[in-house]
Amino acid sequence: MSTRFGEPSAARAPHRGWLYLLPVLLFAAVGVFLALGLGRDPQTLPSVLIDKPAPAFALPPLPGRDERGFSSADLGGRPMLVNVFASWCVPCRIEHPVLDQLAREGVTIHAINYKDAPEDALAFLRALGDPFSRIGADRQGRAAIDWGVYGVPETFVIDRDGRIRYRHVGPLQPRDLERTVRPLLAELGR
Amino acid sequence: MNRKHLAVALLAVGILAAGPGSAATSPDEILPDPALEARARALGKELRCLVCQNQSIDDSDAPLAKDLRRIVRERLVAGDSDAAIKRHLVERYGDFVLLRPPVKPATWLLWLGPFLVLLAGGGLVLAFLRRRRTAPVEPPELDPAERQRLEMLLASDPHNRPA
Repeated sequence: MSTRFGEPSAARAPHRGWLYLLPVLLFAAVGVFLALGLGRDPQTLPSVLIDKPAPAFALPPLPGRDERGFSSADLGGRPMLVNVFASWCVPCRIEHPVLDQLAREGVTIHAINYKDAPEDALAFLRALGDPFSRIGADRQGRAAIDWGVYGVPETFVIDRDGRIRYRHVGPLQPRDLERTVRPLLAELGR
Repeated sequence: MNRKHLAVALLAVGILAAGPGSAATSPDEILPDPALEARARALGKELRCLVCQNQSIDDSDAPLAKDLRRIVRERLVAGDSDAAIKRHLVERYGDFVLLRPPVKPATWLLWLGPFLVLLAGGGLVLAFLRRRRTAPVEPPELDPAERQRLEMLLASDPHNRPA
């Protein structure tokens, strides 16, 4: 006689209750990573140039503005910003008042004019104001690549030793001034 | 993902479906030396377009990708090694520019993670199988009440009645 009884209930192994916690723990771990990921913009890349000297470059001036151009020799001495802009870049128009504001506060802002026709760049500055100390015309976009730029606008904070301390991708907004740029400039001592 | 991204994605799928000739390299970029051009194409497939981020510079039509393709070709013509060209771009854009991340302590988990998961899963399966083999399930002894009920059921079943 081989009738079998009650297998399911009898098959319970001794005290493996902790195994049931495993999915919960896994879920918690995944949840933590996802929560951290939510707060990050995957499009924003960290700059590898942070705390490194700015790259060597020498850009010609915007014809019709001045004769000086902008080169690595102009960096350092005091904290300053370097802004990469173009007249064809819509977010640059949005951030321009913020740069104007900073310039009025006495912050030195140099600019790399990225892949722009000089007359367009000049018209842009005439219409929106010119907060820049020096402007270099980067018509081929090669200097910008040395700076690791992958889109305009980008803004760099340079310390008095000419090192890159911060990179902001996209238009600077008033809250970026409050949260990062002004505190950093104050820390670097202007 | 907004409507524009969707449109771009659909367009990309369409272009990919259209056939293998989807590289963005335009004729005026191609180097006269076929060996160098082949190296340029191979390098271009390894390098990420920083604007589109999930395309190689060989695939992307973004202006920055074109600039980077030009830099790769200039450096090849100047006699740089493939490794030197990659290093040149990593110095500017970081490891992110490499579509195949380098193996280093920060990326060990990335490279070894799948094998760890496979090992862990394999271990669990092995443990499970072994437990099933070595510990066959023994039905517990019947207590007297159950035994009595069993006898009764068997006795009442016509098929079990002694012939």
